[in-house]
Amino acid sequence: MNDNINKTSDLFDSKKIWKLLETVMDPEVPVLSVMDLGIVRDVKIDDDEFQIIITPTYSGCPAMDVISMNIKMVLLEHGYKKIKIISVLSPAWTTDWMSEHGKEKLKAFGIAPPTARQQVCHTELFHDGEAIQCPHCNSYNTKLVSQFGSTACKAIYVCENCREPFDYFKCH
Amino acid sequence: MNELINYTLCLADNSLILGHRNSEWTGHGPILEQDIAISNIALDLIGQARNFYQYAATLINNSSIQQSNNPTIQPATEDTLAYLRNANDFKNCLLAEQPNGDWAKTILRQFLFSANQYFLYQHLQNSKNETLSAIAEKSLKEVTYHLRWSSEWVIRLGDGTEESHSRMIKAIDELWMFTEEMFEPVSYEVIAASEDFGVDVSVLKNDWIKKVAAIFDEATLSIPENIAMKTGGKEGKHTEHLENILTEMQFLQRTYPNSEW
Repeated sequence: MNDNINKTSDLFDSKKIWKLLETVMDPEVPVLSVMDLGIVRDVKIDDDEFQIIITPTYSGCPAMDVISMNIKMVLLEHGYKKIKIISVLSPAWTTDWMSEHGKEKLKAFGIAPPTARQQVCHTELFHDGEAIQCPHCNSYNTKLVSQFGSTACKAIYVCENCREPFDYFKCH
Repeated sequence: MNELINYTLCLADNSLILGHRNSEWTGHGPILEQDIAISNIALDLIGQARNFYQYAATLINNSSIQQSNNPTIQPATEDTLAYLRNANDFKNCLLAEQPNGDWAKTILRQFLFSANQYFLYQHLQNSKNETLSAIAEKSLKEVTYHLRWSSEWVIRLGDGTEESHSRMIKAIDELWMFTEEMFEPVSYEVIAASEDFGVDVSVLKNDWIKKVAAIFDEATLSIPENIAMKTGGKEGKHTEHLENILTEMQFLQRTYPNSEW
């Protein structure tokens, strides 16, 4: 049944798949690709089946289903037939996996990129001394409004310098 | 196998029921930012519940007890487990199902629950069951935020105005009786701990009470003494409130079976 599959076709070059994944965008933060987000953990080719291993950002992130569907769509458009999206939970996703390029794009989009993880992922209380730079005027004179924002991955800040409110892609 | 299924369902039910309770605030929060915060916490909890239910469904479908468990459900999915089980099949602790009350009661319920979940998931990360360990590792990061947020609110309200302080005291009065249940292992939890796939919940009490005492102290609140405790949720014996939650939550699937978005 698999006789007519040409395994030498460039479809079977996993580099090509990685490249295509760079064009699949996060539906809620449309400047970031799934590669920028760091949620694609592996690409495997098992006989004629193409497996994309992804990990969720947050357990309840509603974008994950759309992301899986979009990955499938892009691959189907480029001639891939048997595609399987596999979700793994461990090791748990961290914003440390976000690409530097992705962080720059976030900032240009008006969202402050995540700081390094060690700075804030703890249970200490009333901790707003963390230096989050305003994506608009670059001031560090900013204030946490709420740890929870418009999506699971963001917190709400306000800049005390330019007075603009902004989203912060919180470290995780 | 039966114990692993029950243990997984207990974890799932806790997250789903409190997640659903929190979601009742969506659109009704005291201010916009906190409405968003409690809705985000609801989303995290329901996401965690989905992971546990998906695993429980796999276990049920692969086991022979499926038929005796509930002959009408076949095969099990995360949705059948959430939407088609009856109140006495649910294994969540009584604390999770208590009504929202005012903001003080919701905050206190979240704090008492998250403080427990925080230490529980820390231990569950070491489970020899890879799926449970992975879900715990993932969820712990989210729960860390829940614990910090609810701790801050307990302090803000407890050490706030006369009004907010008295409301916190009332909330403690209404909820403290449901706390002991979290640390009293039921039969499947005993097996879970002895077979190393679950956590001995009795050992969590020490860390939990230390955390609660520290936050209460800062909030100028005291831990009540000599309270008669109520238990039974983990064995399916619930307060009347769970029935009310399920009536609303399961309405669509019960009335229009198999309907989808």
